[in-house]
Amino acid sequence: MPIDYLPIFAFLVIAILFAVVTIALSSIIGTKKPIPQKMMPYECGVDPIGSARRRFSVKFYIIAMLFIIFDIEAVFLYPWAVIFKDMGTFGFIEMGVFIVILFVGLIYAWKKGALEWE
Amino acid sequence: MLDYVWLVPLFPIIGAIINGIFGTKLSKKTVGVVACGVIGLSFLVSVLVFFSLLQLPPESRSFEKIIYTWIAAGDLKTTVGFLVDPLSMIMMLTVSGVSFLIHIYSVGYMHDDEGFKRYFTYLNLFVFSMLVLVCANNFLMMFVGWEGVGLCSYLLIGFWYQRKEPADAGKKAFVVNRIGDYGFLLAMMLIFVTFGTLNFKEVFNIAHYNFQVGSMVITAITLLLFVGATGKSAQIPLYTWLPDAMEGPTPVSALIHAATMVTAGVYMVVRCNVLFTLAPISLTVVAIIGVVTAVFTASIALAANDIKRVLAYSTISQLGYMFLACGVGAFSAGIFHLMTHAFFKALLFLGAGSVMHAMAGELDMRKMGALKSHMPRTYWTFLIATLAIAGIFPFAGFFSKDEILWNAFQKNTVLWVLGAGAALMTAFYMFRAVFMTFHGESRVDEEVAKHLHESPSVMTSPLVVLAILSAIGGFVGIPIIKGANVFHDFLAPVTGEHLAGSAKVTLTNLAYASSTAVSSGEAVHHPVGLEVLMMAISLAIALGGLGLAYYMYIKNPSLPKRLAEKFKLLYHLICNKYFVDEIYDFLFVNPIKRGSEILWTFFDVRVVDGMVNGSGRFVEFGSSVLKRIQTGYVQNYALSILVGIGAIIAYFLFM
Amino acid sequence: MDLVIPKIDVVSLGPELILSIAAIFVLLVSVFLPKGRKDPAAYLSLLGIFFAFVSSIFLWGNPRYSFNNMILVDNFALFFNSIFLIAAGLSILMSVNYLEEQEMSHGEFYALILFATVGMMFMAAGSNLITIFLGLETMSISIYVLAGFFRRSNKSNESALKYLLLGAFSSAFLLYGIAMMYGATGTTDLKGISEYLSKAAYLKDPMLLAGMGLLLVGFGFKIASVPFHMWTPDVYEGAPTSITAFMSVGVKAAAFAAFVRVFLYSLWNLQPDWNHVLWILAVLTMTLGNVVAISQNNIKRMLAYSSIAHAGYIMIGMVASSELGTSGILFYMLAYAFMNLGAFGVIILYGRKGEENLDINDYSGMGFKYPGLALLMTVFMFSLAGIPPTAGFVGKFYIFSAAIKSGYIWLAIIGVMNSLVSVYYYLRITVMMYMKEPVKEFAGLKWSPSMAIALIIAVIGTLLIGIFPSPYLDLARQSVQLFM
Repeated sequence: MPIDYLPIFAFLVIAILFAVVTIALSSIIGTKKPIPQKMMPYECGVDPIGSARRRFSVKFYIIAMLFIIFDIEAVFLYPWAVIFKDMGTFGFIEMGVFIVILFVGLIYAWKKGALEWE
Repeated sequence: MLDYVWLVPLFPIIGAIINGIFGTKLSKKTVGVVACGVIGLSFLVSVLVFFSLLQLPPESRSFEKIIYTWIAAGDLKTTVGFLVDPLSMIMMLTVSGVSFLIHIYSVGYMHDDEGFKRYFTYLNLFVFSMLVLVCANNFLMMFVGWEGVGLCSYLLIGFWYQRKEPADAGKKAFVVNRIGDYGFLLAMMLIFVTFGTLNFKEVFNIAHYNFQVGSMVITAITLLLFVGATGKSAQIPLYTWLPDAMEGPTPVSALIHAATMVTAGVYMVVRCNVLFTLAPISLTVVAIIGVVTAVFTASIALAANDIKRVLAYSTISQLGYMFLACGVGAFSAGIFHLMTHAFFKALLFLGAGSVMHAMAGELDMRKMGALKSHMPRTYWTFLIATLAIAGIFPFAGFFSKDEILWNAFQKNTVLWVLGAGAALMTAFYMFRAVFMTFHGESRVDEEVAKHLHESPSVMTSPLVVLAILSAIGGFVGIPIIKGANVFHDFLAPVTGEHLAGSAKVTLTNLAYASSTAVSSGEAVHHPVGLEVLMMAISLAIALGGLGLAYYMYIKNPSLPKRLAEKFKLLYHLICNKYFVDEIYDFLFVNPIKRGSEILWTFFDVRVVDGMVNGSGRFVEFGSSVLKRIQTGYVQNYALSILVGIGAIIAYFLFM
Repeated sequence: MDLVIPKIDVVSLGPELILSIAAIFVLLVSVFLPKGRKDPAAYLSLLGIFFAFVSSIFLWGNPRYSFNNMILVDNFALFFNSIFLIAAGLSILMSVNYLEEQEMSHGEFYALILFATVGMMFMAAGSNLITIFLGLETMSISIYVLAGFFRRSNKSNESALKYLLLGAFSSAFLLYGIAMMYGATGTTDLKGISEYLSKAAYLKDPMLLAGMGLLLVGFGFKIASVPFHMWTPDVYEGAPTSITAFMSVGVKAAAFAAFVRVFLYSLWNLQPDWNHVLWILAVLTMTLGNVVAISQNNIKRMLAYSSIAHAGYIMIGMVASSELGTSGILFYMLAYAFMNLGAFGVIILYGRKGEENLDINDYSGMGFKYPGLALLMTVFMFSLAGIPPTAGFVGKFYIFSAAIKSGYIWLAIIGVMNSLVSVYYYLRITVMMYMKEPVKEFAGLKWSPSMAIALIIAVIGTLLIGIFPSPYLDLARQSVQLFM
């Protein structure tokens, strides 16, 4: 029933309103003392102006990938911990296998020198 | 031991592989040892298999060893399998045994030839093919051996391919054989269409229970099979390749003429005796062709001066005898003669080879004479073989030839008269050869005379063994005395003839006998006196031929020349082999050649090549156009995928 | 909350598990090996392949579902497993020296081959579209990396990038197709789809048909069927040769395994619909592959087009839609594995770093210089051309006769004419080797034991299957019996 989707609709409206209102309010009531640095868009500390084809060090990517992998490991561990008792030995072994595989990955990355910046 | 029958053909092929692949790295001695060794092993296995077969009661002496399913295409199921029964057993023993002796002889004969290794590779392959042919349990596998034998004969006859004559002779053998092969092939297809199988036992069983005597299909099949047999076994009209085949090394001639190749046709007819007995017309054709060939080629041999040519025509003539035997329904007699003939014909050829060896390659008997004292062993063994082939008691040929003539006599007197005439000629030309070669005055060139010598023992010992076999080999088939014709009894389960001297007839045999027009049941009850008389007559004929030869070539050496003068036309005709080769050339070879030339210059070059090259060019053009689509840009590739998706989905949705 | 742990039959995943463990182990071991001496990793991988093979044999003849019906380990899957394992094993054997020669010996290479093989196995054993997709991605990602493994070579990089982009493109369509299937039938389970279709009154549902079309595209891309074949020559040419060999056999076989299972089993009720499309695609694929192969001068590109053509022949087996046709596909894949890997093996052995000898003219005179190698190449070329007594002949024979039996006489005729065309470019190599004067100096072959073993296995396989086809055809028949 379309009526069931009403909360979602409401949520959508509120989200849009929130974004529009904050931007509008800050531009209306905020003080403006522009200096060149302030006028530059902020992008994680990297100079945004210059050739778009500038190369990044590949190490960024490696670190990022490793981070994502272990981040996901952590994300997996939470729900697992919640139902640990229900799953019993099976769950324990499964997670053990998962962690061992990631551990092998870690050893591999480590030996390959992925964790060293220089 | 019966289970190991597959070893029989396996050993020769191993030898061929070893010598073929590693031959260049091996010494001549090793090559010789390997080549002879594998055939020896093959013979040994045959003997062991033979004894295991003897252990079985006669009516169950038929054993099939299936190795695996070779072809399974639709209804056609063909196995690689071996059939061991008395018939294939005799063939296996004869082929491997005689080949073994010829191999040993060849080591001496070919010793100084450059192609020593090639020679033994081919020779082993030849024996392999022949053994496959005789051991096969179905027509297709037999055909494989059949073709293999044809191929190897081509390779071996043209062994000295640097010279023109051997190369031509090899080609001729191959082409003429192919004509026969088509007959076999057609017969095989017809068999498959008719019976739905190619397995011997199944075909014969179905034929036996479901077909009447004189059935058209069976007649057609057997006639086609016989066309195949005339090719391989050199019968009229396809015999012309065999005399030329002596261009190959002499041991090869021995192998082709004695143990392998030419006997294939006879073997095949006997193997299919169930079919042939159902087709009286075919049997008559076989008998007539056989006896006419026997007489016709024997007459050519009368005037031949080349020792190997005499032997070649005598082979054709003897093969004619074998077919005569088959034609009158005396299949076991045919095989009996095949076996004894293998002994003495191998011996004759090897003896001739030995003479050639001493005479520095000379073949013309007019340039020989009085060689007896120079090469005693060759002489004595050659003489024994001659006595055997002439049919002098008690040598092997007497028994087998007499049995054929006796059977022919019972069937039809005309056949007997012709057969006896051929026997007379055989005795005459063989003793003529002996007298011209070994007796009388020496007509040897002086240069050659100095080097006359006996051949080394590696060559003469096979001669001695074969001589012993030629002398006593006939005693396995003593006629008249009941139970003494061991050979006949042994073969009886296959040929469907009565077990002589016993009333034991197996179920199938009984049925065979009742359905055969040629029930040899009469043979058991024939008057003994008549048979003895007939034997005496054949012996007299043989001795008559001997005497005539003695009179003409020892007593009165000028007589032949005078006779030749007197009957100039006839002599000329015989000397030129009745101009059969020329007639064939005129009637078939040249028109075909001319026709093919026209086809070549016009049809092939213009039309076919034009079409082929044209389509080739068209494809190449298309190829170069299509190649351009391959731009190397990923976006184009992706576009192609997208177009494909669009097309497929549109098809699904709107069609 | 009740948690139901699905029934898990670990044994049925034996081959996959063994290979995965082997791959992880290889990865781990290889980082501890000295630089440039990574062949122990190769031998470890071979050991893993061997045990996976053994465990596949033990599973034979006992079909079972596992993992909540996500996996179906039946003879069909196991037959394909053996093809994947043969492909992987031979490719590894061929790679050992090749990688050292190219100074690219890294343990990851072998681990990636094993991972790709695991992916292929899941494709063959998947009884759910999702499993098949996961297998396909596992395989593809490994292959993307392997294609670009010679990272200092521009061609290799180009090959990997092209394959990645187009592969991702086509995977997306495949996934889209799966989604539509789910939308139309309410399940991604192959059996479920099949049951739905056999009960459904109306089979002209546009979503269903579009979904089927997209699945066809996804698989068509992996088997290199026209018009989704464009990547093949570029990728095959640039990738390391042993990977080209592996791709041409393994990836193709895996894609066909899934293709056959989805279309001939799940979508059987739509057979009248997809059959026409496959008919057209088969003809296009064969013809284009063979015709363009003629004008190729690079032997790897030529074999790439030849592999397109072979995909076309195999599709004939699918069009036939009979037990004979399906078993013909399996048989053909097995035969193709031996002959194609063998041909690539000869190419690897004939080249060296800096002088790859990939131009067809480089093969002139080879028959005199290296008679043994030329003989092997001749056997493989004969087999690819379908000349008896080789495996290729028997394979074509079964496929074409299946087409005729099912009444697709014209398709069989086109197939036979195509194989006639193909004889030209295969025998061109043989002619070069035996009848042309050499155009350049030969530097000598570097035979290694592993390469020798690989080539011997390939040639024995090619001839054995060609001369004694029956046992293998029986196996192929057993593999499709329960399945049809």
